[in-house]
Amino acid sequence: MAAAPEPAAALRLDGVTRLFRAGRRSVVAVDEVSGRVERGAVTGLIGPDGAGKTTLMRLCAGLLLPDRGRIEVLGVDVVQAPAAVQARIGYMPQRFGLYEDLTVQENLDLYAELQGMPAAARGPRYEELLHMTGLARFTDRLAGRLSGGMKQKLGLACTLLGTPELLFLDEPTVGVDPVSRRELWAIVDHLTRSEGTTVLVSTSYLDEAERCRAVLLMHEGRLLGADDPARFTAGLSGRSFHVTAGGLGKRRLHERLSGAPGIIDATIQGAQVRIVTETASLPSAAALLPEVPDVRIVAVPPRFEDSFIALLKATRGAAGTPPAAGPPSVAAPARAGEGEEVIVVHNLTRRFGSFRAVDAVSFSVRKGEIFGLLGANGAGKSTTFRMLCGLLPPSEGSLRVAGFDLGHAAAAARGRVGYMAQKFSLYGDLSVMQNLRFFSSAYRLTGERRRRRIAWAVEQFGLGPVASTTSRDLPLGYKQRLALACALMHEPDILFLDEPTSGVDPLARREFWHRINGLAEAGVTVLVTTHFMEEAEYCDRLVIMAEGRILAAGDSESLKARLRAKERPDPTMEDAFVALIEAAASGRAA
Amino acid sequence: MRDSLGRLRGLLRKEFLQIRRDPSAIAVAFLLPAFLLLIFGFGVSLDAHDVPVGVVVDHPDALAASFTGKLANSPYFQPRSFAAMAEAEKALASHEVTAIVWLRDDFTRRALSGGEAPVGVIVNGTDANSARIVEGYVQQAWANWLQAEASERGAPPPLPVAVTQTVRFNPAVSSRDYLIPGLIAMIMTLTGALLTALVIAREWERGTMEALMVTRATIREILLAKLLPYFLLGMGGMAASVIMAATVFDVPFHGSLAVLSATSALFLLAALGMGLLISSVARNQFVAGQIAIITTFLPAFILSGFIFDIGSMPAPVRFITHVVAARYFVAILQTVFLAGDVWAVILPNALALAAMAAIFLGIARLSARKRLD
Repeated sequence: MAAAPEPAAALRLDGVTRLFRAGRRSVVAVDEVSGRVERGAVTGLIGPDGAGKTTLMRLCAGLLLPDRGRIEVLGVDVVQAPAAVQARIGYMPQRFGLYEDLTVQENLDLYAELQGMPAAARGPRYEELLHMTGLARFTDRLAGRLSGGMKQKLGLACTLLGTPELLFLDEPTVGVDPVSRRELWAIVDHLTRSEGTTVLVSTSYLDEAERCRAVLLMHEGRLLGADDPARFTAGLSGRSFHVTAGGLGKRRLHERLSGAPGIIDATIQGAQVRIVTETASLPSAAALLPEVPDVRIVAVPPRFEDSFIALLKATRGAAGTPPAAGPPSVAAPARAGEGEEVIVVHNLTRRFGSFRAVDAVSFSVRKGEIFGLLGANGAGKSTTFRMLCGLLPPSEGSLRVAGFDLGHAAAAARGRVGYMAQKFSLYGDLSVMQNLRFFSSAYRLTGERRRRRIAWAVEQFGLGPVASTTSRDLPLGYKQRLALACALMHEPDILFLDEPTSGVDPLARREFWHRINGLAEAGVTVLVTTHFMEEAEYCDRLVIMAEGRILAAGDSESLKARLRAKERPDPTMEDAFVALIEAAASGRAA
Repeated sequence: MRDSLGRLRGLLRKEFLQIRRDPSAIAVAFLLPAFLLLIFGFGVSLDAHDVPVGVVVDHPDALAASFTGKLANSPYFQPRSFAAMAEAEKALASHEVTAIVWLRDDFTRRALSGGEAPVGVIVNGTDANSARIVEGYVQQAWANWLQAEASERGAPPPLPVAVTQTVRFNPAVSSRDYLIPGLIAMIMTLTGALLTALVIAREWERGTMEALMVTRATIREILLAKLLPYFLLGMGGMAASVIMAATVFDVPFHGSLAVLSATSALFLLAALGMGLLISSVARNQFVAGQIAIITTFLPAFILSGFIFDIGSMPAPVRFITHVVAARYFVAILQTVFLAGDVWAVILPNALALAAMAAIFLGIARLSARKRLD
């Protein structure tokens, strides 16, 4: 066979387009994407949910056919010869592709057979992979009984058995705890260095971009940019700052800054507000915040997320930006009892058989606070939440919400609580307006008050233009707004939010937190669960949970401060989390 | 080729491990059949036994007592006396009795005068099937009694001459004996179509199918690895049902095991083909289950001749029964069990099964792609 010159790129995309038909409409999942993935390095495919990452991965693996365009994997046209491509790649789908009723070893055996590994080669490869993933002790355990992080590593080991030249990992780190995330990245780095594997990894965590050699940034099916992550942020150097103002609380400060001219982004970071400016010049305190005393502005290095926001704002233009919502005008409850504890949880335990999903958890939340429950999937956050909402009786312990035990005095207490469930429990077949009407009557609003609240929701959340759209067809960000509007229909003074920002793009997430801040300012108590470490920054106080227990409690600054050291002057929330989990693990081992 | 066998071996081992560890597969393959057999064997019967019958005698005398005594001694009836018709009708309305036998005041006179005795039979028609059976039984009882009375008196049998029935192939006219062979077709439909569609849908649901598709395994290997284990499971379920039918329910078996096995295999292949087809449309277990029940189990139940006679269906419905694989298999099963290897019945039906198996499996194979869309 005449050796054709091997093309340099591991993956080449040329004008790739893929549509999906949903009823009569067709949705463009991947829109004219062209790009390349270089050999021997990690490339990140980064974007929020619905960006088209999974579709693009499946197109590359030959699982879907493109409507237009050409995809070349390892020099082979994947549409022409999918089998030839599949023999040389590894692909880990979002749920890791494991058989949960098979043991670790049986999963490995199956995939070894499927990848045609000779029996002699298996032993050493098993040993190597089990060592690399730390699963050697668990070969007899059923895959279904592994933790999320271990499943993820087993899934990876299974795809690596045949020593693929190109590895596709579809959102391997979603919902997995930060320690496992770091371990996964360590394995991926090791692979590219020692085995020369090319890796394309998709993620919605923007901070993971910095771990990649190159980044393909996607949004709503389009490729926003493809470059070295450092070059993404290069254009933003000198435009990021931390702002503090002694005279202003962080939320007031954030409020003032987020609409200000010349500022394209403002987020709360612990006690400070982090801003990104339009031009690279130190903004003057007087111009930015007139009449505010004690303003300090410190330059900080840019992050990948800054460039994403900048790109998004540039593509959307001013018209696309969601209306800068002021604090929603929730009837501010009397703030007489400032600091009064409205949620008190004591020794809360929930067992399922012998498994303790929640184990002796205690905390209390004061009025007007934003309180976070932070942890990976399976940490016990949702179980805690369900008990607080009275949906699940606790096995032990006590809990009171606004003075009521929701399990018993349900109706009275529920009238004061708003609840926004994971995945936004809306009626997908109803229009936006029908959902609002339904939820308002579910909360027993009638007559004038009902009319007023619906009008309020439409206005505050900018739902006017989509009022007659079927909820199922809304973009994720709008679904989130609608869900929040529904939860606020009856003017609750306690708001439960379960993973409210999962998967939405950073602009929608900012807008969401902006509203939540406004609510908290108006005296609403907010309890929120999240597995996004950076969202802890928005919380006044938080607890970090793992395996049903609280590892630490406090505000984000104090949690991070424990870790501050010379070699780590500015630890992130994730660093704090990892340190806590490691400390807990070594504490147990000791 | 060797690689292909290796992959197939891996997939098969996986499938058997899953069957062993998943109680629901075992339940569908073995517990459900046993449960169905018990229900149909003991619970559901199309025969009338100990039917509660109200008896109203206007003029009690020796002859009337002789007839009601006959009814009481019959295994089919459980007579209850009522003094007046009104009371008996109340009992009929409240389902305390299924029928009323009414011996009018001129019963004795007319019975002796030539057999035209006024035995009124009133049956509750809400259950048409039981009503007809009871009606028949009472008539039979009447005819038998007349004959017995007449011969006792040394007189010739009265007119009309009692009909003698001879039932071939199911001499006891036991509905159990023809229900249970038919039930085997239902059971194999469950393992073949329902279970197969469910386990493939489960692979889609859990994302493992996506992972399989990107390995070197070909679509043929993936399909074969699903067919073989559930073929064995279905044949196992069939064997268990046959053994249970023969031992627990004493259903006669006149045919040969070879014919039974061969035709069962054909039917199972058709059912598996349906299961594969369903799984190519339904990618979650709920939908797969619904489709499998509606397109395979219900037709097998209603349109196969298992309970309802195909010959008495209206022509359009009868036409539809031709696409129900169970129809051919039920015919074969009832023949093999109750009559023996009657080739005139078995051959055409087996041919139809083979054609259906080939069509379903062929479409399933052709429509299967190593792709998600």
